[in-house]
Amino acid sequence: MSKEKIKVIISKVGLDGHDRGAKVVAFLLREAGMEVVYLGMYQTPESIVKAAIDEDADVIGLSYLSGEHLVFTPLIVKEMKEKGLDDVLFVAGGSFPPEDIPMMRAMGIDEVFRGGSLTEDFVSYIRNHVGKKGAE
Amino acid sequence: MSRRKSPSPEELVEKLLSGDRRAAARLITIIEDQSDQANDMMKMIFPHTGRSMIIGLTGSGGSGKSTLIDHLIGRFRAMDKKVGVVAVDPSSPFSGGALLGDRIRFQSHAIDDGVFIRSMASRGYLGGLARGTTDVVRVMEAMGNDVIIIETLGAGQDEIDIIHLAQTCILILTPGMGDDIQAMKAGIMEIADIIALNKADLDKANLCLSSLETSIHYGMDKKKGWLPRVVPTIAFASKSTDIRGVDELVQAIMDHQAYLHETRKIDEVRNKRIEQELGLVFKDEVEKVVFAGIKGTGKKRQYIESIRAGKSDPYSVVKEVLSTFLRV
Amino acid sequence: MPQDTAANTNRDPFAGIAPVKNLSGFEINPLYGPEDVKGIDFELDVGLPGEYPYVRGVYSTMYRVRPWTIRQLGSLGPPGEANKRIRQLVGMGANGISICLDMPTIMGRDSDDPLAEGEVGCCGGVAIDTIQDMRELLAGIELDKISINFVSNSQSAVILAMFCALAEERDVPWNLLTGTMQNDALKEYQAQKSYYFPPRPSMRLIMDTISFCIRNLPRFNPISISGYHLASAGATPLQELAFTLANGFTYVEEGIKAGMSVDDFAPRLSFFFKVHNDLFENVAKFRAARRIWGRTMKEKFGAKNPASWRFRVHTQTSGSSLTAQQMENNIIRTTIQALSAVMAGTQSLHTNAFDEALSIPTPQSERVALRTQQIILHESGAASTIDPLAGSYYVEALTKQMEEACEKYFQTIAEMGGVIACIEKGYFQREIAESAFRYQRSLEKGERIIVGLNKYADGEESQILLRELDPEFEKNKVAALKKYKEERDHDLLRAKGEELRAVCTGRDNVMPSLISAVRAGMTLGEAIGHMRDIFGVYREQAIF
Repeated sequence: MSKEKIKVIISKVGLDGHDRGAKVVAFLLREAGMEVVYLGMYQTPESIVKAAIDEDADVIGLSYLSGEHLVFTPLIVKEMKEKGLDDVLFVAGGSFPPEDIPMMRAMGIDEVFRGGSLTEDFVSYIRNHVGKKGAE
Repeated sequence: MSRRKSPSPEELVEKLLSGDRRAAARLITIIEDQSDQANDMMKMIFPHTGRSMIIGLTGSGGSGKSTLIDHLIGRFRAMDKKVGVVAVDPSSPFSGGALLGDRIRFQSHAIDDGVFIRSMASRGYLGGLARGTTDVVRVMEAMGNDVIIIETLGAGQDEIDIIHLAQTCILILTPGMGDDIQAMKAGIMEIADIIALNKADLDKANLCLSSLETSIHYGMDKKKGWLPRVVPTIAFASKSTDIRGVDELVQAIMDHQAYLHETRKIDEVRNKRIEQELGLVFKDEVEKVVFAGIKGTGKKRQYIESIRAGKSDPYSVVKEVLSTFLRV
Repeated sequence: MPQDTAANTNRDPFAGIAPVKNLSGFEINPLYGPEDVKGIDFELDVGLPGEYPYVRGVYSTMYRVRPWTIRQLGSLGPPGEANKRIRQLVGMGANGISICLDMPTIMGRDSDDPLAEGEVGCCGGVAIDTIQDMRELLAGIELDKISINFVSNSQSAVILAMFCALAEERDVPWNLLTGTMQNDALKEYQAQKSYYFPPRPSMRLIMDTISFCIRNLPRFNPISISGYHLASAGATPLQELAFTLANGFTYVEEGIKAGMSVDDFAPRLSFFFKVHNDLFENVAKFRAARRIWGRTMKEKFGAKNPASWRFRVHTQTSGSSLTAQQMENNIIRTTIQALSAVMAGTQSLHTNAFDEALSIPTPQSERVALRTQQIILHESGAASTIDPLAGSYYVEALTKQMEEACEKYFQTIAEMGGVIACIEKGYFQREIAESAFRYQRSLEKGERIIVGLNKYADGEESQILLRELDPEFEKNKVAALKKYKEERDHDLLRAKGEELRAVCTGRDNVMPSLISAVRAGMTLGEAIGHMRDIFGVYREQAIF
């Protein structure tokens, strides 16, 4: 069963209010033909995962800009597992030290895009990996 | 495009009827994509629909539609009703993608399991809704939602789909933005059962209110039985105690619903909805059959060239096609 | 290309060359000459430093007599740690310190607030819950000698209250305290988004702090009207200039509405700009700012005190221009930006550490940042003369261009009903988001080059030492806060809470009751909580 459009949740989590990156990526993904559900700021792992369920999203994309990546990544992964979102991609962009990236992967995030990533990087990643996670 | 784990159609529908939200979400996607299973699933779902309250809200961007809906959800939840929401946003005609930013206004219900919110991109469909919205509303009904709220794209002269789908149509206007005049010109006022005059604290609100009420009084066919009610509201305020008109709006909705049920007009409304759905399904099926038949035969190109060469015309072409495929 | 000779001077050597635009959108000519500055009256429009309209500098002697203040950010999660950093920086020659707050404090939450979980001490800021934290933060710092800049906004009144209460404890007269508070609500709604209350109450708090400082802390700048954050969110230098000035004028209008005389408070208004990579564009931005501010304050607002006409600015080099790739490149970027700020005549300057894109600076990278300023000051010659780029055809033409474009923005804003109306309509947010989007696009198309990023990228990761935040910090802070809260006089606290709420509901200045409240041990979160109840909460309406 294949899908017509890739649906992406773009969100920020926690107290951080810097939404420039999130908005730019939302625009870019729309230009790439995807349907983007923009959740904005101050979301929690619960609200993000619930949106992913209701919207039947293929991807959860987070913007981490204030050092919160190690705190929230495992919380979101846990919530996704509990709610059965085994086939939904979890990716993040923003600013974090390179040595935190293996740790984030170990926590369960699927891919990380550091500052300076180009549209092509995350668009092609999404296109190539949507539907493959947890596939039969 | 993507391959995903797929339960059988029967399994999905069974889960839907028990209120499973993932099943509902998956079904909605199947409908949006107009997949082959969509029709079979809808056949299974239909018998379980038709009993929910369906409310439509239309109004231009910036009128406060979403904020009002946020309040309405809260009120219905306080009545212990389960609420489904469909929010439609336009797809980019260039990329085919869409930015769906309505959910962000329903933050107070972000983790309430009694609220199911789905954003839909119009995918090029005109009429203020998305192509599959009528079926999506059926899905939400079958899921067990007591109230379904539909937020249309905007408020233009083309936004007529909502009339047939929603039982109670609410038009949101704001003073001084010119919507009121536009709306009067477009005859949208005749469609609305309730008009919410939002941002009623702005200048000219009173002027707007009286001109609306006057138009309704003189313009409406009183034999119709329900006179559109104008409700001033202030949907957005930094202190919740400054929010106004929501109770009155809810009351107006409940009054209209009561009117529909007491006068049995609800049957008429339901009939109109079914009629619209019939028309949509019919059109879709005809198109599918015809395109399936013509695809790959090169006939479409032949037809077009012959029209261009003056040897034929669109009417003759269609007659020929229909008689071939439908034996008419 | 053959050199021009007398024979082929008819041919335009620049024909066919691809146009180049700066970030603000102006096309940069390959060559500027006298015709580009025709129409500029140097005496009237440019003039002398220290003289109206101050294009060449707000003071007549500038760095020849007193260099700009080297003001570096010095903060880290635990107030005790931050205190060590501050003392180190002072020891190394910094005469001004900037204090950043951690995310919960920025959002008006105490360290023990459930919403603060996981974020206490985050992103290189200090967790300030109580006056005890303020004591630790500023232990051993001579409050009358070191200029302290609090990067605080919606919580500014509370931070100021704690600062004043601390000074009192230490017997330092308030009129000797120097420094700044950012305290700029308008840019929060437009860009940074760490707002709490709606615009009206935010303005009231700002006016209260300004009038309190005018009367009691004359050497303390109660507001730093900021363009930096607008630029970080994506605003072009031109938009930064236009929106910041528009905000500034709005504060002036509010001050007048609040009953203050313009010459009482205008001299206390200061600004905060970003300086990006294009050295000349930035210099033009600053010069245009000085001219526009001076002229408008004098002619539109009728200010008579020259101090009201002077556009005084703190500058920070551009954090968003730094890359995580090939981080050493950032040292060069910061140097060019700092040089631009000096040539633009800034009053104080913060230079970023080169690992800013990754994490909180290490002592080593902080030292490089500091030395950058000192080398420019002592070795480059850029500080030896005032407004060195004046008279340059390019810079004078660019200054005029920016000024004229700025006026167009002012007109649009006025037509839409003013700054606050524009905020409610989402005007600034949309303009800024669009610029951010355009910038990203230009990077991807290769129209704009960032070395090491979209050109000369070699995939190599720099080996940099990164600073660790003590993982026990949050636990310890929360425990300490709990203990502090238990040991307070609860009756007194309750009374102070009621008093604060009463003042907020009325029209008296909040500062005196805030000061006595924090002295009684009220936490920042509690104070903000009281204010939220009375003032309400702001929620953004227009998003895109």
